[in-house]
Amino acid sequence: MDKKYQPIIGMETHVELKTKSGMFCGCKNDPDAKKPNIHTCPVCLGLPGALPVANKKAIEWTIKLGLALGCKINKLSKFDRKHYFYPDLPKGYQISQYDMPFCYQGKVETSFGPVRITRVHLEEDTGKLIHQNINGHNVSLIDFNRSGVPLVEVVTEPDIFSSVQAKEYAKKLRQIIRYLDISDCDMEKGGMRLEANISLLNVKSQMTNNKSNSKFKLPNYKVELKNINSFRFLERGIEYEIERQREILESGKTPIQETRGYNAEKNITFTQRTKEEAADYRYFPDPDLPPINISEKWLNEIKSTLPEPFDGLFKRWQEKYNLKPELVELLFETAEESKKLEELFKKCIKEKLSVEKFVNAMVHKKIKTIEEFKKMTNIDEVSDDDLKVIIEKILKVNPKAVADYKAGKINTINFLVGMVMREAKKKIEFQRLQDLIKSFL
Amino acid sequence: MSKKTLSTEEILHIAKLGNLTLTEKEVELFKKQLSSVIEYIDKLQEVDTKNVEPLSQTTGLTDIFRKDEPDEKRTLIPEEALKNTKSKENNLFKVKAVLTE
Amino acid sequence: MDLLGLTIKDIEESLKKGVFSCQELVKESFSTIKKHDKKINAFLTLNEEQALKQANHYDNLIKKDKNIFDEKPLLGIPVALKDLFTTKDIRTTAGSKIIGDYNPPFDATVVKKLIDAGAIIIGKTNEDAWGHGSSGENTDYEVTRNPYDLNRVPGGSSSGSGAAVAYGGVLVGTGTDTGSSVRLPAGFCNLVGLKPTYGRVSRYGIIAMASSFDSIGHMTRTVYDNAKVLEVTAGVDPFDSTTVPIKVDQYTKKLGQSIKGMKIGLPKEYFVKGLDDKVSNSIKNSLKILEKLGATVKEVSLPHTDYAMAAYYILVPSEVSSNLSRYDGIRYGGSREMFGAEAKRRIMLGSYTLSSGYYDAYYLKAAKVRTLIKRDFENAFKEVDVLIVPTSPTLPFKIGEKVDDPLQMYLSDIFLCPVNLAGIPGLNVQSGFVDGFPVGMQIIGPQFSEELLYKVAYLFEQETQYYKIRPKFKNG
Repeated sequence: MDKKYQPIIGMETHVELKTKSGMFCGCKNDPDAKKPNIHTCPVCLGLPGALPVANKKAIEWTIKLGLALGCKINKLSKFDRKHYFYPDLPKGYQISQYDMPFCYQGKVETSFGPVRITRVHLEEDTGKLIHQNINGHNVSLIDFNRSGVPLVEVVTEPDIFSSVQAKEYAKKLRQIIRYLDISDCDMEKGGMRLEANISLLNVKSQMTNNKSNSKFKLPNYKVELKNINSFRFLERGIEYEIERQREILESGKTPIQETRGYNAEKNITFTQRTKEEAADYRYFPDPDLPPINISEKWLNEIKSTLPEPFDGLFKRWQEKYNLKPELVELLFETAEESKKLEELFKKCIKEKLSVEKFVNAMVHKKIKTIEEFKKMTNIDEVSDDDLKVIIEKILKVNPKAVADYKAGKINTINFLVGMVMREAKKKIEFQRLQDLIKSFL
Repeated sequence: MSKKTLSTEEILHIAKLGNLTLTEKEVELFKKQLSSVIEYIDKLQEVDTKNVEPLSQTTGLTDIFRKDEPDEKRTLIPEEALKNTKSKENNLFKVKAVLTE
Repeated sequence: MDLLGLTIKDIEESLKKGVFSCQELVKESFSTIKKHDKKINAFLTLNEEQALKQANHYDNLIKKDKNIFDEKPLLGIPVALKDLFTTKDIRTTAGSKIIGDYNPPFDATVVKKLIDAGAIIIGKTNEDAWGHGSSGENTDYEVTRNPYDLNRVPGGSSSGSGAAVAYGGVLVGTGTDTGSSVRLPAGFCNLVGLKPTYGRVSRYGIIAMASSFDSIGHMTRTVYDNAKVLEVTAGVDPFDSTTVPIKVDQYTKKLGQSIKGMKIGLPKEYFVKGLDDKVSNSIKNSLKILEKLGATVKEVSLPHTDYAMAAYYILVPSEVSSNLSRYDGIRYGGSREMFGAEAKRRIMLGSYTLSSGYYDAYYLKAAKVRTLIKRDFENAFKEVDVLIVPTSPTLPFKIGEKVDDPLQMYLSDIFLCPVNLAGIPGLNVQSGFVDGFPVGMQIIGPQFSEELLYKVAYLFEQETQYYKIRPKFKNG
């Protein structure tokens, strides 16, 4: 692989919060609504005269996420209006945050290095467009159920340097958000939307090679890759883009600064019309929404609802139960679930079962309870007395093995254990059987 | 005070920002009228506003929120939501196809 | 029945005594409207069928229990709503053709409050489209005329509400005041017009012009009536984040109390060039009357007055251009080509002042000047209790006189718009008549001082009794 060009990637991720109601109105927040336009009101429909009132929980969850990403929290924050015209944007502006977001300057660790989080802010979602052809005409149909749903945006610095790292970052971000249980991050339903800004840096013409220190000069263009709804597409889309840009740069030209989409079928990126040419969003503070003070008291209240951070949790489980993070992390998503899981671990210990094996079984055999685990390993299925009957039988019909064992061939015990198990037609704890048989010999 | 005259390009640009299409006559008329207003508002540059905070809320209010509870008192039934549109299809608002997102 | 001779108090007494019924009252209202409105053009939509139904219902309620007036203090009162007020199932146009057929699915909070208090909605009134104007001439419909002289403007933007109250079609005409729009028509039509403190009355459901300026007010012929209506419309609203949770006073309670010792301030910057001598003399005479009533008058300074208009005409169009972005013809209304010239001008001006590269020099700068203007008022109120200024620099002007010069039109707000920048209340009362034209006087107070403004206005009104003068429909 050509080392001349270094991909420089920043990511923007939009996440729908799973609040019960809208960001600025009391309409139900229901991503599974069965019919269109059943959860709209004057506010989220942008009717004349409607006014927004901010959802406190949405703000608290945004701050919670910021804290979990190691961000600083602004003491004073506000909402701003972001103007552009599009059929799914009822007011002709989106209530968002411009220069005073709730959270800023955080960090997510990846195996390739840290990815700095520039900001985490809160805004409202738009309606949904459905494209159809009706009677020979191409039309777009608009469903405003989603309009006004709280949307969190997480923006990174251009600290991502490969498609693999981008995927790892996106997955980790999702894991953190799911852990906090503030969103279902259902990518197919649009609950989590990925965007990547991609450019290539000509490293040969740069003075420094320190990757995670942004002292290098950023490329003079960037291409925005939008509307990616799977990690696999993210990786592939970025790979395609890197190659496409490399070819252009090699030919002596500069890639056009534009927005592109990803076509999964053809595995290519393609030009999309942008919403506003050189988007002038004319941000100004929304006069309908008073500013927000994040007091010490409120911030501490929010902090107290934070679950144990992943690093601490995994470290603890590794030390206590000898669990590998990569394995156990497959068993839970939310903090609630992690707590329930820990309850099971404690139960295992109580019943003298191996937590490690239990976790293995949960991962590989998809079992969920201790009862299932026990059943699987069949530990209590046979009583000692019943076993003794079988052992006596086996020992009687295998005199040579018995003699061998008594003569010092210790490994013969395995053979005998196997025979007993076969006879019993059940799986029995190896150690237990061994001990029992030995007691006969 | 500066003499400010907007050019045709500027008029067309700000019309575009406001999603307005102007006739030629309108462009000329607004060029004149807006230029005179902008010349007037330019007098603000005389005012010393060093260390002055901008004001966007005269009430002094902060932290006005609502609880996260669905309040369906204001929720409209689809018929009401769609009652004023001139173009709809099966309880959806309909527009000419927008180029795909 | 003579509606021009009745007040809210009179009506309550008469309904209780059975002198007339709500139905008769409402019928008289519509008959007066039919008599005058073809020439005056105060109304865009009439609500006759529903109003009569409501009146009938209230007549039954009164028969059952005369104490119903305690629950419903405006029972039976005919009210006209400016067409920026969203009314469920009643056409709401904002004076514009673009939403000329808009039929709202909900009521504005203030409309609900008025209806719950027993008021009867007679109709929706004409206005400068979207509130953009000071004369009523920017309506997309027929221009409203001043009942005192049909060749003159009634003032705007709540032109229809002003005219309708002035000619006796209704007792109350609601309006919005963003820079002048309640006080100026009140001044030109011999009415009491209140621009309340910003945040005193809910904006929910009122079609927005400039969100940090719009104050929801109303016009009546007398001070008592005006105070009575505010008791109903004021109050915090969970649907409007900018309403202030301050207790609503009983504004009618202190009317009649002495104003002895009250300090009235005259901002020297207002009594300079551009002010018509006749207007200036009328105000000076009125001040003498107030001194006779026990007040003292002294000069104060509002040093940044000269910059108020410039700040206003940056901030307001900025917010206007933003608030008009929702009219894309998809969910309601027609296409944006249908905007009138003034709306287009303001959208463009506002897009310019917010645009990248200009935001700091214009919007941000104006927002800072706004702080200075608010401070000017706060400092003045450390020395005096209220300020008194002319409502308009001129007498009601002729229709067509200023319409081709937007800047000239903007300058008619010069004494009124600083009050909106500061978010404080202003009350217009009649100062006198000059050449047969009403001359208004504006009483300005600190935030939430409406009670004080009413006190001063009431004594003055009782002393001068200008509310008894009726329009002559000159040139009609």
